[in-house]
Amino acid sequence: LTPGAVAIGDLRLEHPILNGSGTFDAIAARRAFGDALLERFPFSAFVSKTITPEPRAGNPPPRLYETPAGLINSIGLPNKGLEGFLADDLPQLAELPVPLIVSVMATSHEGFARLVHAVGERREVAAMELNVSCPNVESGLIVGERPEETLSLLEAVRPLTERPLIVKLTPNVADPGSIARAAEAGGATAVSLINTLKAHAIHRRTGARWLGGGGGGLSGAAIRQIALEQVRQVAAAVEIPAIGMGGVESGADALALLDAGAVAVAVGTASFRDPLAGERVRSELVDELARRHPKDAGDGLGRPDSEPAASTST
Amino acid sequence: MSKTRNQHVLAPLGRRLAEVVEVRETGGYRVFSALDREGPEPEAGQFYMLAAARGWGGEDGRPYLARAFSVAAAEAGPRGVRLDFLVEAIGPGTERLAGLTPGDGLWLMGPLGRGFSPPGELAPSAHGAILVGGGIGIAPLAILRRRLAGAGIPAQTLLGFRDRQHSGGLELFDCSEIRLASEDDADSALVYACGPPAMLEAVREMCLDRGVVAELAMEAPMACGFGACFGCAIPLAEGGYMRLCCDGPVVRADEVSTALVAGSGH
Repeated sequence: LTPGAVAIGDLRLEHPILNGSGTFDAIAARRAFGDALLERFPFSAFVSKTITPEPRAGNPPPRLYETPAGLINSIGLPNKGLEGFLADDLPQLAELPVPLIVSVMATSHEGFARLVHAVGERREVAAMELNVSCPNVESGLIVGERPEETLSLLEAVRPLTERPLIVKLTPNVADPGSIARAAEAGGATAVSLINTLKAHAIHRRTGARWLGGGGGGLSGAAIRQIALEQVRQVAAAVEIPAIGMGGVESGADALALLDAGAVAVAVGTASFRDPLAGERVRSELVDELARRHPKDAGDGLGRPDSEPAASTST
Repeated sequence: MSKTRNQHVLAPLGRRLAEVVEVRETGGYRVFSALDREGPEPEAGQFYMLAAARGWGGEDGRPYLARAFSVAAAEAGPRGVRLDFLVEAIGPGTERLAGLTPGDGLWLMGPLGRGFSPPGELAPSAHGAILVGGGIGIAPLAILRRRLAGAGIPAQTLLGFRDRQHSGGLELFDCSEIRLASEDDADSALVYACGPPAMLEAVREMCLDRGVVAELAMEAPMACGFGACFGCAIPLAEGGYMRLCCDGPVVRADEVSTALVAGSGH
C-alpha cells in the first residue's frame, strides 16, 4: 500500500510528497550527507530555490526569528542568477533521482520570459514554478496579489514553453481563489500554496526591527490551519491541480491537505529539523490512509483503481 | 576559498536519537555527554544540530527548531561515539538542553560543516598553534587541543572567562598549565580562535594586521545546519555572504569581512 502517483500535466510524481521551494538545497545537503541523499531522496520531485535573472546576494543578517511553533525568515532570494544556475547548479541537480522543478522569479515580464525560455528548454528540467510574490517594476504591484497581473504574466510566458508551469500563490491576499482562477485562465498547469505569511519581529531591548531585511515571512506549524483553509478555497475555485503546503510535519497534516483538495503536498520548514521529514511524512501518510481504508488494498489514496490521481482532481 | 578546503567528515542522513549518558557542571556551564551509536567521529570544529527528544516546543511553542552546538570532545568506544557538548542556559533551546539528565533522549544530526584545518595544511611553516578562546566558545578548542596534542603539534592556549566561576570551563582542556603566548610565538604560529563576537573580531583584526594565519570558529543563528535555510549568512571579504553551516563554521580570518554577527539569542 503506497500513496498513489500524481500527474501534474506531463509531470509524473511517484508519490505525493515533494519539497517547498527554498526549504531544501539538494546540492548543499549532498555535501553534508554524501550520496546517501541520492539513495534515499525524501521527495518525489525536487523544487529548487528560486532563481532570478541576475545573481542576488540576499538580505543582510539577521535573517531568522524563531516564533512559537514557527519561523520568520527574511532571506532575500540569494542565488547565482540564471547563468550561474545553468552552469553550476543544473548539472548537479540533474543527478537527483527525481524530476526537477525550477522555481523562477523576476520583476518584469521580460525577466520572467528570459527565465522560462532558458530554463524550459533544458532537458534536465521537468517543470517550472513561477514565484509571483514579487513586484512588477512596471506596475509597482505584487504580481501574485492581483488577478490581472497574474493573468498577464501567464499570457506572456505560457507560449514560451511546453513544460508544466506551476504558479506559487501568496497567502497575503483576501481571495486566493481569484488569483488561482487568473493563473488557470492564463494557462497555468497547476498552482501551489501557500507561500509564507508576512510577519515581523521586534528587538526586545531596542524596539528596532529584528530582521536585517525588514519584514519577513512566517512558516512552520503555526501556519498549518491557514494553509488548509486557503488550499480548500483554491481547490474549490479551479480545475487545475493544487499542490498544498504550510506547516506539514506529519502524515495526518498531509492527509488533511489532500482532503482539502490538494493532489500533492510539500514539506517545508519541517525539513530544517530533519532532512528526512519528507520520507517520514510519506510513510505516515500511508499509515493514515490504511487506517482510514482498512479493506482497501488498492492505491494509497483509497481510490478503487491505481491510476494516477487525475490532474483535474478537486 | 572554503570550497577547496579539506574534505570534511560526512553526517549520516537524517536526525537520530542518542542517549544522554552523563551531565556535569563545569564552572558556570553544563557539559552533557551523549552516546551516538550510529555517527562517525567528528573533526574538531564540526557541529551538531541538537534537540531534546521530550519537551521541545515548550509552554509557548518554543524551542521549535534544533540548535547548533560545536562538539567539545568526542571519544569512540565499543558502544558508539561519546560526544560532549557545553551549554549555558540563555534562551528556550539552551534552557531545555541544560535541563537534560542521564537517560534522556537527544535528537542529533551531524557532524556538520567544516572543522579546523590541520596546521600543516593551513600554514606549513608554522611551528605550532595558538588557541584563543572565550567563554562558551572554548568548546571546539578543547577537542582541537586534544587532537593537536595527539598529533604531536605544540599548542599554546589563551582563554578568557567573564568571571572566576566560569573559568571552571578550563577543566575541559585536561592540562595543568595554560600559558600566555608571546609575540615571538605569534610570528611562527597560526591561530585558532572561538569565542564571543567581539573577541573573535579582535583576533581577526590582530592576525590580519600581522599577517598571521588564523581560523575562527564562528556562530550564527541557523534553522537547519545543512544549507537549506540560508539563515546563517556571514559577510564575505570579497562581498556577498557565505552560509556558515556548510562553508564554515570554521572560516579563515581573511575570508570574512567581520566576525561581529548579529541575531544570536532571542
